[in-house]
Amino acid sequence: MSTPHPGPPPQGGRDNLPDARGRYGRYGGKFIPETLMAAVEELTAAFEAAQHDDGFRREFDELSRTFSGRPTPVYRADRLSAQAGGARIWLKREDLCHTGAHKINNALGQVLLARRMGKLRIIAETGAGQHGVAVATVCAKFGLTCEVYMGVEDMTRQAINVYKMRLLGATVTPVETGSKTLKDATNEAIRDWVTNVRSTHYVIGSAVGPHPYPVMVREFQSVIGREARAQMLVETGRLPTVVVACVGGGSNAIGIFAPFYDDPVRLIGVEAAGRGLNSGAHAASIVGGRPGVLHGSFSYLLQDDDGQVVATHSISAGLDYPGVGPEHAFLHDAHRAEYVSVTDEQALAAFHQTSRLEGIIPALESSHAIAYAMPLAGALAAEEIVLVNLSGRGDKDLDIVRQASGG
Amino acid sequence: MSRIAAMFARLRAERQLAIIAYLTAGYPRLDVTPSLVEAAARSGADAIELGIPFSDPLADGRTIQAASQVALQAGMTVARALQTATSARTRTDVPLLFMTYLNPILAFGLERFCRAASDAGVDGLIVPDLPPGESADLRRAADACQIDLVFFVAPTSTEAGIDEACQAATGFIYCIAVTGVTGARAELDPGLLPLIETVRRHTSLPLVVGFGISRPEHVAALQGKADGVIVASALLDAIARSPDDPASRVREFLTGLRPPA
Repeated sequence: MSTPHPGPPPQGGRDNLPDARGRYGRYGGKFIPETLMAAVEELTAAFEAAQHDDGFRREFDELSRTFSGRPTPVYRADRLSAQAGGARIWLKREDLCHTGAHKINNALGQVLLARRMGKLRIIAETGAGQHGVAVATVCAKFGLTCEVYMGVEDMTRQAINVYKMRLLGATVTPVETGSKTLKDATNEAIRDWVTNVRSTHYVIGSAVGPHPYPVMVREFQSVIGREARAQMLVETGRLPTVVVACVGGGSNAIGIFAPFYDDPVRLIGVEAAGRGLNSGAHAASIVGGRPGVLHGSFSYLLQDDDGQVVATHSISAGLDYPGVGPEHAFLHDAHRAEYVSVTDEQALAAFHQTSRLEGIIPALESSHAIAYAMPLAGALAAEEIVLVNLSGRGDKDLDIVRQASGG
Repeated sequence: MSRIAAMFARLRAERQLAIIAYLTAGYPRLDVTPSLVEAAARSGADAIELGIPFSDPLADGRTIQAASQVALQAGMTVARALQTATSARTRTDVPLLFMTYLNPILAFGLERFCRAASDAGVDGLIVPDLPPGESADLRRAADACQIDLVFFVAPTSTEAGIDEACQAATGFIYCIAVTGVTGARAELDPGLLPLIETVRRHTSLPLVVGFGISRPEHVAALQGKADGVIVASALLDAIARSPDDPASRVREFLTGLRPPA
């Protein structure tokens, strides 16, 4: 079983990305106010130094093991596979991480980096609250001041996570502007960072934002794919046919995809189709959007004809975001990964199936990946393998599911 | 000589600071902006910055966020902002600049936008989320239409960052007065004058101070130090206090801003 470490980016050919300007082909970049430029350059230098620093890697590895609970297992989901009636479905169990999702990997890496830079105040945005809880958790462990911005809409939807963050000693600041969800929480976190940039590190929760955030988040999250790749070779003697992951901003997906770039493995990102792609109420940036600039990078974006960012909808708060990481935009255009979408209804069905058939209550985000993987596995031969990143557990979603299911 | 360069040349000869008034196009009502531009120009504004509202103005504080929301809800678009500028241009000869975020310009098309802005009589462009390193395409489009493209320096800028902004900019350099977002503030930051001195060593372009400028004392303190100031949130705050008669609020505010000669 591989041990986690933030190794160098995948080498070779088109996958040796981003370039020195933080570009993935035409995507990415640093579209930020001048006030943040020096901080982003400082962060780039600190991240590059940390990647080549054995001490940093040792600390990250050790805490990933002893604090976050890595490595997480891969699990053969026999009853889901039987239900699908084709290929074997395996699950990468990120739901078993401390705090219940893959978000802890990135929170730990970035907070360790902030400490190296001498920044003792940490801010974050959160949608579902999983990233906020992960950051608050790591800040509690290190005794750092932590402020989390959260849309009031999401604070209502995810009240338990708000309480958890406060228990952990973080300040949760309600965001009342715009759609009152993740996009607006991100705007407010950026405004805080612009104001307090000298003392503060902003822990972005997904593979979005200005360079170096997308590559940094990929590197801290690619522990998922490195583990899974090695584990599948041990457990099944081969690589999976397909890897499937849900995509909001895309951190769990990029984390499991990146270590498979040079393998003959299909990569599929599943976006949130909400009430349907034609309803206007969805969050499928790649499938339903076009390129634009939001939150510091150029990537696919849900926007109107006038370049205004539009309101999104997904039953899963963690996917309810109009943008997507620039590396996904690149992988899409380069045909290295495929991007599809799944509706609220399909995700809910997968949530229930996984709970009943496997004894695993998945996050609604991850339920999107399972919902796509089931028919996909059904269409493949029995000897093929579909590996799904089960990015988080569903405890946080129980109220939403209960309401949606009329129970 | 461009309208912007001519304005600074004239004010330099008069030893006067340029006062640049910011108005969000379509705020407080969709059709009122050309009359506010005229009122501002007649009340001492030497140039006007017209904000094209964006859904996610991440460099802006509460005042401009709120004004942007009002304007967007009223139906302001890039095309209507261009019409607004065209109409304002018939009422005044002062320089007009557009301030907006990159995405509305990208959606409209960089070249198409610059051409349309130039046709509307707009002289310059300010894009707070576009740093010099990402600006090559827009610079080319703006140059082709003789539109000035303004870049920022901030209290946190490195010497290299300041130099890059000074190399890329045309028209003037926008000196951010505070480490923070836009919004009226009581005091000027003590780091501002040293920042201005540093930037002077990198460029002969005029230096204009913005973010937080709200009081006659601020303007007086910068007289002889900077070449201009931008007043934005404080002016919008004045309008917000009685949105039924915004032209009177604009006149009162700007008349009171310049210290008596």
